[in-house]
Amino acid sequence: MAGRASGFGASNKRAGVLATLRAGLFALAALAGAAIAADPQTLVIGNGTEPESLDPQKATGVSAGNVLRDLYEGLTGVSPSGDIIPAAAASWQWQDDGRALRLSLRAGLRWSNGDPLTASDYAAGLRRLLDPATASGYAKLFAAIEHGSEVIAGRLPPSALGLHADDVGTLSIRLDRPMPNLLSLLAHPAASPIHPADLARPPKPDARIGNGAYRLTEWVLQSRIALARNPAYWNDRQTAIDRLIYLPTEDLNSELKRYRAGELDVTTSIPATQADWIRRTLGGELHVATYLGSYFYGLNLTRPPFAGNKPLRQALSLAIDRPVIATKVLHDLATPAWSYIPPGIRDYRPQVPEWAHWPRARREAEARRLYAAAGYSADKPVQVEIRYNTSDDHKRIAVVIAAMWKQVLGADVKLVNEEWKVFLRHRRERRDTQAFRNTWIADSDDAQGFAEILDSRHPRNDSGYADAGYDALLLEAAQASDPALRRAKLEAAERKMLDDAPILPIYFYASKHLVKPRVGGWQDNILDWHYSKDLRLSGR
Amino acid sequence: MSGALLKRPAIAVPAAILLLIVLLAVVGPWLAPQPFDAIDFDADWGAAPSAAHIFGTDDLGRDLFARVCVGGRLSLAVGFVSTLVSLAIGIVWGATAGWFGGRIDAVMMRIVDILYALPFMFFVILLMVLFGRHWLLIFVAIGAVSWLDMARIVRGQTLALRRQPFVDAAVVSGLGNAAILVRHVLPNLLGVVIVCATLTIPQAILVESFLSFLGLGIQEPATSWGALVNDGARAMEATPWGLIFPAVFLVLTLLAFNLLGDALRAALDEPRR
Amino acid sequence: MLNRAAMRLLTAVPTLFVLVGLSFFLMHAAPGGPFDSERSLAPEIEARLAAQFHLDEPAWMQFGRYLGGLVQGDLGPSLQYESRSVASLIADGAPVSAAVGAAALLLALIGGVALGALAAMRRDGWLDRSVMVLALVGLSLPSYVVAPVLILVFALQLPWLPAGGWDGPASVLLPAVALALPQLAAIARLTRGALGEVLAAPWIRTARAKGLPERLIVFRHALKPALLPVVSWLGPAAAGLMTGSVVVEQVFGIPGIGRYFVQGALNRDYTLVLGVVLFYGALVIAFNFLVDLAYGALDPQARLE
Repeated sequence: MAGRASGFGASNKRAGVLATLRAGLFALAALAGAAIAADPQTLVIGNGTEPESLDPQKATGVSAGNVLRDLYEGLTGVSPSGDIIPAAAASWQWQDDGRALRLSLRAGLRWSNGDPLTASDYAAGLRRLLDPATASGYAKLFAAIEHGSEVIAGRLPPSALGLHADDVGTLSIRLDRPMPNLLSLLAHPAASPIHPADLARPPKPDARIGNGAYRLTEWVLQSRIALARNPAYWNDRQTAIDRLIYLPTEDLNSELKRYRAGELDVTTSIPATQADWIRRTLGGELHVATYLGSYFYGLNLTRPPFAGNKPLRQALSLAIDRPVIATKVLHDLATPAWSYIPPGIRDYRPQVPEWAHWPRARREAEARRLYAAAGYSADKPVQVEIRYNTSDDHKRIAVVIAAMWKQVLGADVKLVNEEWKVFLRHRRERRDTQAFRNTWIADSDDAQGFAEILDSRHPRNDSGYADAGYDALLLEAAQASDPALRRAKLEAAERKMLDDAPILPIYFYASKHLVKPRVGGWQDNILDWHYSKDLRLSGR
Repeated sequence: MSGALLKRPAIAVPAAILLLIVLLAVVGPWLAPQPFDAIDFDADWGAAPSAAHIFGTDDLGRDLFARVCVGGRLSLAVGFVSTLVSLAIGIVWGATAGWFGGRIDAVMMRIVDILYALPFMFFVILLMVLFGRHWLLIFVAIGAVSWLDMARIVRGQTLALRRQPFVDAAVVSGLGNAAILVRHVLPNLLGVVIVCATLTIPQAILVESFLSFLGLGIQEPATSWGALVNDGARAMEATPWGLIFPAVFLVLTLLAFNLLGDALRAALDEPRR
Repeated sequence: MLNRAAMRLLTAVPTLFVLVGLSFFLMHAAPGGPFDSERSLAPEIEARLAAQFHLDEPAWMQFGRYLGGLVQGDLGPSLQYESRSVASLIADGAPVSAAVGAAALLLALIGGVALGALAAMRRDGWLDRSVMVLALVGLSLPSYVVAPVLILVFALQLPWLPAGGWDGPASVLLPAVALALPQLAAIARLTRGALGEVLAAPWIRTARAKGLPERLIVFRHALKPALLPVVSWLGPAAAGLMTGSVVVEQVFGIPGIGRYFVQGALNRDYTLVLGVVLFYGALVIAFNFLVDLAYGALDPQARLE
């Protein structure tokens, strides 16, 4: 009996619950409407993968860099159009034939907590970067600072670095060899200063002391990184936007939907497969610009079939129809690459081979000739594995290249999709790989940074390309003080490498963003760096 | 018996639909204008359905009809093979536990209980990450996840069968345990097992599509309905046909299996009423 | 059933041990480590990092160390997210996943039982048929298709709800619906089947003969025994919700622990993955325990057993 009564009660309750739920739905919808409406003083930025750290010396990756450029200001900076401009340093002089740089800081610089910011805080940041105890992935960027290599290797203490704070407002940097990209690298977040308190004791992830135009107010992992304007910043008067929110947006399709729903103002990228649709419907909001990255296929030169078989490598390269990949696969969100080092690099001209200008039929005929010369035929096709890591675009490109090799040469191609960490391990071991997807994104617009990964001793030389001539040219370029000589050596090195074909260039990256019309001051630049302090918001 | 069953529309209709889909998956690729992995470099990619490509082409210019058929082969194979794996494990486990009863039963079913409490899908994800995407692994992993229900049902049925007089007769006549299980118990499990299998197949197909979503599915250029639906869902506004055709096949198949399973179970329950 | 509930508590510790052990050795057998990255750290730097997290020790020693920490309630530091502990990550993510999961479970229960009861009362009518076919379609639609369609309709066409993220209570709704749909369909089917059987029982026929209104019969007499299979389904349903949360959290960009699991597994964040697996395992066991208790309370036969 008791059971029955409670059963009836339950059904009454159930009706009640339904009614409450219905009422709740309307209330929630009203609330949501309020939350979605864009705040005129908050810029919401899609930021791709969640940063693993916001420690300027330890963090790697694009998404951390975006936030760090707002939180910390380097000695130099980058203008909205991509030029090197004074930032914390008001001026600088090169000395000693390019072997030393003396920077003068602005007067009255302060940290976000009000403490004075001095030249030695910048020196401390760089020492920490190169200190092996920090285990920074960016230490090698500054290896050319005096005794840098020894400090990185742990043979000398970080205090031995050629850095000297002459007084609170002056920093001198001595170099072991010329470093033409030093000024642009000083704008890199890895060269940020560090506050003595944060140096002494690692701060909580969401409580760092910075010196940028913004300070960190909240970091909820996988949810949002919130920033507010830093009143202690020297140029705070010029900062237009009060608050920033960086949203993690791993899934580009989800990001696109949120952008369309008005939940974010700037996207980290766009899905290539949607490009045509976006151009049709959101055309004016799409920003595509050349970017400092090269996408290529590496060939493992330490194993068959590519070891010692240059004609085969060249045949495979000629058989790839780059414009088809750039246009039909990537929907013009990339430029076809016939050479390795991208256009737009300072003091460098792309080394496009002659056959890039041939018509497709001639390239394919030459590819077939080389394929036969390499000892393969329809009866005895080469067997190649293409290895790529999980990603929609990598998959689509691999499918198309496999089809090209199959349809032009008759090669027997197998695709192997590996999950990221497995792929990295295999690529580095050079044991299981044959042809594999590879990428190099530069940290500054300097050709040496691209060229050096094919040096026989470089840890990212995944092809195992070991050519004494190439290494020698790079060394001569590194030691050249004359920019023209340096450039000639680097260009000669790339020509030599392209002829040997340890890698097959495929396309040059482009940065791709959707930017809401209410965001003002956005300019495309080759580094794809956009300081929030240079942006404005207008009412809609 | 089976003839009488097939006269019922509740069984005949889904069975006929399934037969048609299987037939299409098997012979379809020969009817397609180009092989499922061939790319026409001069044609329009991501084209809408037309006379040349009745389902349109995918974003790499491959014939979608051929891909839906080939994807169906894999999805159906995953459904059948991993159900077989789960049947094999589930029947042996359940029949053993049910037949011997007592402490053996208690221990074996306790293990099943424990396994139920494991977030099993998470192991499948770890396994796929670990061993890469071999199609054989997909079959085995999914089968290994879905045998628990089968074991429980078979065990219950075996327990009931044990009390039947004809089993007692077999025991008295001196037949060994194994012989009785194979000759008398297993044939009587057939009905339950068929019903359970019919309902496991759509589960397995769904699990495969879930793996495809996580990027852990079958290796391109091979494909499955799950992979096609997943690709299609991403660009559903720009190229809706990329989602609609594989999704219709996927849902129709799952629906038919579920309807068939329900109808078979109803038919099986009837004599008891 | 109470016996069974007690057994569950007793086996909880060995179950979790097996769980952690399996996950630990699977993770460590996978190629690639937490510090492999596009930029390849110098070997000496990588060795230093490995030593810092004791990854240079043999696997069994690391396992012992992990268990030692576990006994003291320490899940270790995350290898991927700098200076964050696994415990704090789970503490941040679990309420989010729990909110979505609980809303989905509630939705599935209420919606499923209501639809199932409706179908059973109109057995073999058009309403019954269409509800059951709809339920089957619901079971057959993968959530990664349902979720984007929901976003398209309710966030873009009708701008009522957020398209993603975790920003206020409205963010719960769409993910909860996407997550609930297959469970709702399953519960509707179960309720309809069980209620149909109960409604055919002699004592209900007696009640009907007495002239009790049908609604009263269903809600006062028939529903409670018919809910038994639904209650025992809640265990698998909870497990299904957890699996589904992996997809839904990714599509909606929700900071829950299902997302941590996939990210952690792909990034070889060993401690994070173990922590999440452990948490899920404990949750499933606890949930099944509660289900056993509820079953015992509802079913007089089970109470006697």
